[in-house]
Amino acid sequence: MMSIGLTEYLVVAAVLFGAGIFTMITKRNAIGILIGVELVLNSANVNLVAFDRYLERCRIDGQILALVVIVLAAAEAAIAVGICINLYKNLATVDVDTAAKLRG
Amino acid sequence: MYCRGPEGTVLTKRLTAELAPSDSIGSSRLGGLWRLCGWGLAVAAVLVLVPEVRAQQKVIIEPTRVPYQSVEAPPSPLLEVLLFYAVAGSTVFGALAVCFTKNIVRMAVWLLVTLVSVAMLYFLLAANFIAAVQLIVYAGGTLILLIFGVMLTSKSPWVKFEPSKVEVVYAAAVCGLLVAVLAFILTATIWPPAQEQLDATTVADLGRSLMTTYVVPFEVAGVLLMIVMVGAAHLARQEKQSP
Repeated sequence: MMSIGLTEYLVVAAVLFGAGIFTMITKRNAIGILIGVELVLNSANVNLVAFDRYLERCRIDGQILALVVIVLAAAEAAIAVGICINLYKNLATVDVDTAAKLRG
Repeated sequence: MYCRGPEGTVLTKRLTAELAPSDSIGSSRLGGLWRLCGWGLAVAAVLVLVPEVRAQQKVIIEPTRVPYQSVEAPPSPLLEVLLFYAVAGSTVFGALAVCFTKNIVRMAVWLLVTLVSVAMLYFLLAANFIAAVQLIVYAGGTLILLIFGVMLTSKSPWVKFEPSKVEVVYAAAVCGLLVAVLAFILTATIWPPAQEQLDATTVADLGRSLMTTYVVPFEVAGVLLMIVMVGAAHLARQEKQSP
């Protein structure tokens, strides 16, 4: 394959997405789950910027959307780290399996 | 003034009692003089600087638009292919290392590798501004936040919470199937032909469309950031001790 097209970027993004989902499923540390979420958001961003580059119809739009996603990811990380710190204050651990107080 | 012993304290008191009135009078007189000097200097500076700045502005405002001409030869496709495979390889390797590392600090470091590689992918996609933002916000901000979270929430950085083996096998099967199906669909799809030789999106274009077409998402993102700042400060603050 001697030229790079849209498909290659999308496959890389799909692998990132799978890795993020796997991390979210298998980690028990709350911050590990947060790292998985960051991977998934990055895969979405790679998709957006690749569409921006290769499709005529979404020339600037993909990059704007990617910027918004980056802002949302930063906000989400700040809130999630705050929640983790509160969890640690209350339970003295960030193992998500021990935080089962709301389970019916 | 800090003195030890009773004599010192008395001396200090006497000194302050003697010095205080005269000092205050002197300072007020001196202050008036200084204030006068300051105002004089400020007026002189304004009188001198304003014509200067105006002259500079006249010079700057002159239209100096030069049509952009690409001097460099376009990069060879072979170089692009090699760079893409190198960067994509490091991205995928970093993501898989994040998956299979048990230690949370090492996970964060592999995430750094992945984020920087994704920024390189953005450079290859001719999205320079997004790549810079990725490096600054993700690799510089979010990752530091995550590492601070790790430091604040673990008694030792080597604490591990292990999932059971069966869970790992199930998760690997599900995610592997997901990636395989996605890759199959993506390679089977016929995409519309891409433009060859595209110039990089300029920051001016991005800013213009952020301020015109996408002004509402832009403002909403700003409001959201403020709400998040207040909320995160409230969530992570120290509880006041109840009396």
